[in-house]
Amino acid sequence: MRDEDVFIELDGVEKVFEVRRKTGFMKRERRTVRAVDSISFRVARGEMVGYIGPNGAGKSTTIKMLTGILTPSGGRLRVAGIDPSRERTRLAHRIGVVFGQRTTLWWDLPLIDSYKLMHRMYRIPDARYRENLDRLVELLDLGDLLDVPVRQLSLGQRMRGDIAAALLHDPEVLYLDEPTIGLDVISKAKVRDFLRELNTERGTTVLLTTHDLQDIEQLCSRVMVIDHGRMMYDGPLAGLHEVGESERTLVVDLERELPPIEAPPARVVKVEGPRQWLAFPAAESAAVLVARIAAEYPLVDLSVREPDIEAVIAKMYAEQADRAERAIS
Amino acid sequence: MAERSALLEGLRAYRLIAGMWVRSSMTYRTSFAVTVLGNLMVTGLDFVAILLMFSQVDSLGGWSLPEIALLYGLSATSFGLADLVLGSMDVLGGRMRDGSFDTLLVRPAPVLAQIGADHFALRRLGRITQGALVLGWALVSVEVEWTAGKVLLVPLMLVSGAAIFCAFFVAGAAFQILAQDAAEVQNAFTYGGTTLLQYPPTVFGKDLVRGVTFMLPLAFVNWVPAAYVLGRPYPLALPSWTAFVSPLVAVACCALAGLAWRAGLRSYRSTGS
Repeated sequence: MRDEDVFIELDGVEKVFEVRRKTGFMKRERRTVRAVDSISFRVARGEMVGYIGPNGAGKSTTIKMLTGILTPSGGRLRVAGIDPSRERTRLAHRIGVVFGQRTTLWWDLPLIDSYKLMHRMYRIPDARYRENLDRLVELLDLGDLLDVPVRQLSLGQRMRGDIAAALLHDPEVLYLDEPTIGLDVISKAKVRDFLRELNTERGTTVLLTTHDLQDIEQLCSRVMVIDHGRMMYDGPLAGLHEVGESERTLVVDLERELPPIEAPPARVVKVEGPRQWLAFPAAESAAVLVARIAAEYPLVDLSVREPDIEAVIAKMYAEQADRAERAIS
Repeated sequence: MAERSALLEGLRAYRLIAGMWVRSSMTYRTSFAVTVLGNLMVTGLDFVAILLMFSQVDSLGGWSLPEIALLYGLSATSFGLADLVLGSMDVLGGRMRDGSFDTLLVRPAPVLAQIGADHFALRRLGRITQGALVLGWALVSVEVEWTAGKVLLVPLMLVSGAAIFCAFFVAGAAFQILAQDAAEVQNAFTYGGTTLLQYPPTVFGKDLVRGVTFMLPLAFVNWVPAAYVLGRPYPLALPSWTAFVSPLVAVACCALAGLAWRAGLRSYRSTGS
């Protein structure tokens, strides 16, 4: 990543909360919680990054610091060269934010009214507003919804409406917090198609947090995993499999029932008539394995199943915990 | 310069958001009409209570009915103005709990203006109308030798009073951030304050009068300047020039409230709660 391409920059960013808890009448216990613990990463202009981790891992806290809502307790943080907590309103013109579970649209008013408010609040030049609105309406399929009061929209329609509202002022980066939560399959696909288009066509930098690993698989070339406020992994999705030592599954249909196939390092995990399931390390090439099996066995059909990232992450956590335990004992 | 443009930006954002709330409420026209009427009637009952008292006695704390109506009208109208402008700041606690407060912080507009305009409701005109009616009746009924100074003092009292109550709303909101969901504490000071001021200072204990003069300067909303207009002794035997310091008191209150709000917002942004 060249220096001039860096758009988001975090250096040892920390966020410490002091939590006061009632422990009895008039008695309070103070406890400090490290929600984000010395996180560093860089995101280049035009990247699309997935930010994942369990609940309470520090994802939302990071997003809130990036958008200027929260002030970091330590470290250095820059977005487009701006310190978000110091110049919140200046930054606001350059970023778009979608909070999945909180709509910013006006409940009782037609959808278009919310857009008109954005037009004036962000002082978007008329021509650019018209152009952006037309494009977003077309891409997000909002044409028939503009005159409908927001309260009558479905969850998926509202999410599309919210995404359009966040993009009318041409932000350079879009933060999405759980953009597909609660959406049906078709709505999810529409949102993902749009985000891909936004990223490739307009070059908008996208950072999204999600629980839906399909979002990451289909959209992000890079994924960051955070837990207990620490960065656990930052790299390509494929690499996550290696770190988690996950396995892919090769399903083969043979001409007839045969004894379990022998093709190390793959091992047969299940046999059902002529169909056999073989597990092999995700880092191994499937092509080599398939070629070897095809040469020795009467092959009719086959398919490769990618490991579920959720399982990969769970495994990664388990290993970390294991190592921590061993370190203690 | 930066302060001035922040103020203009704030007013602009306030106007935009308040306009959206008015449009929202107009989607339920009947409901709007009913609440305006209801508001007018409920606040009207307030004054009916005072009328009932006067059906039994000729004066209250030495003040006649038109004189008390003047106090009532001044307090109710200036509070009504503040309530119209910033009356929904008690929704702040709820917005912080459900997380929607964060969505205001990513907008290119001052947060105070956004939260001030939140749930802006024209139905609050009911309270102002009722207060203004009582004030109008009081002004023609009191036996006063009107001078230029006394005439000038009336609008001055209304504006200063509204500003003092606005400062209370803002300070209350700042306190809500720190204490989390202290809307009731805020209401005790704002709504409680206006009820207090509807009666003459002579009916209250001296310590209370001292408190609302020097600690929470409510006395400058109407008690002190109205004493000048009516030619009555000042509460706490204050010197006569104090009748004209209400605008200064209002400016000081607003400045303090502004500082409190900044401190509150800074605290929210460092604690996230």
